Amino acid sequence: MAEFSPLTLWRRILALPNESRAKTVAVAFMVALVCAALVSGTTVVLRPFQDANRAAERQERLDAMMAELPGMEDILARSGADSLEAVIVDLAAGAVAEGVDPAVFNRAAFAADPATSTELSADDDIAGLGRRSDFQQIYLLRDGDDLRLILLPVSAVGYGGRIEALLALEGDLNTVAGLSITGHSETPGLGARIAEPGWQALWPGKEIADETGEIRLHVARGGASSVFEIDGITGATRTGNAVSNMITFWMGPFGYGPLLDALRSGSFRP
Amino acid sequence: MTSAFRRLLDPVIDNNPVTLQILGICSALAVTTSLATALTMSVALTAVLVASSTVISLIRRHIPNAIRLIVQITIIASLVIVADQILQAFAWQMSQRLSIFVGLIVTNCLVLGRAEGFAMRNGVGASALDALGNGLGYSFILLIVGAIREVFGTGALFGHPVLPTLAKGGWFTPLNLMMLAPSAFFILGLLIWFIRTIKVEQVEHEGTAIISADEARKP
Repeated sequence: MAEFSPLTLWRRILALPNESRAKTVAVAFMVALVCAALVSGTTVVLRPFQDANRAAERQERLDAMMAELPGMEDILARSGADSLEAVIVDLAAGAVAEGVDPAVFNRAAFAADPATSTELSADDDIAGLGRRSDFQQIYLLRDGDDLRLILLPVSAVGYGGRIEALLALEGDLNTVAGLSITGHSETPGLGARIAEPGWQALWPGKEIADETGEIRLHVARGGASSVFEIDGITGATRTGNAVSNMITFWMGPFGYGPLLDALRSGSFRP
Repeated sequence: MTSAFRRLLDPVIDNNPVTLQILGICSALAVTTSLATALTMSVALTAVLVASSTVISLIRRHIPNAIRLIVQITIIASLVIVADQILQAFAWQMSQRLSIFVGLIVTNCLVLGRAEGFAMRNGVGASALDALGNGLGYSFILLIVGAIREVFGTGALFGHPVLPTLAKGGWFTPLNLMMLAPSAFFILGLLIWFIRTIKVEQVEHEGTAIISADEARKP
């Protein structure tokens, strides 16, 4: 009786003629298995380094954006604060989230965990996010008691993947102070132009909603003709639509709507 | 010269993958705007090429002929992903500048060409040397093109100014054409002309523009 062990099986497979069907399948399977293990292993091992790099880049963008906003240095100097206040908010309640430690807050993990995120119905999910984290880390800049600037992380699914951005609003909570795209995977040369400083420079001074409170800011097809429009990018209609939907969604009732209402009525106390 | 030494140096000038075989042109255009990106790309490609040729040569007797190309490309693609991930982890800025071109090493004919043309029928040592030689040949051309484009396009090398530009009070006007992809075509063309003027045997014979597969495989 032939001894049957993994080693003899291995030898028997190797001894098969190369053109036999069994060997073809076995080799294809082994190569796929080894390559899959290699790729997944590298990704898992290197993920922390890459996340640290991305976080550093986000911080850099935040700093760069702060440096570009007009008059920001004056406000910083007068308020005595050398940086922004980071606050974690509960989106649905429009209030400071109790019991969420900023040190452990991780947006991606919170958005994926059913316990800390909300599934959006197809009608509400205009930004294509699927799930939305219940908590977000926002940044405030205050001069005494006056709110001067609020930075809100926003995201939407674009043509090539998720678009992440920081939207800065002035103290009136309706005028855009700036938009900084912090992450995207749009088509190079077309949709990817949203990440260019020239396009982002179109945003400051635009207004989110009109007097009736309707959210109107969007990326136009072609040139902008009002204070609620941003010049579109030729050949990147779907990216432009995604950015428009991103603003509509995050300024609306499922995004920062409750928080902005609370800020306007003065009930939000960070 | 010993045969191992020749195997290593032959692809650098005499049988250069870029200037003689005209392979890997796409990345040679895209990543040569500066010497630093050209160098990173060269290192990444050489590493992938050596690793893939070694692995494929190691298992060459057990690769069924019917699926050999798929097996080769799977191995190459996995190694490219690993190289890209390593760059993203330890050279983030550089990987952002190279954008998709590290990932596109997988479509570089040079890598598959060496796997199919050499590693499939030669031993591990010879395959690794051949891959290293071809990687060096590719790197050599990339570095020349990258250096020319960076010096004449920005007046700097590795970011350090070598020619004083007008903007900084010097005399040199940067050639904006050098920053655009067509300039790499011009430089590559001139380079090929130059090499073939010196090494006349590299000139293609009339009517045989495409070298037959057997001829190309000759060492």
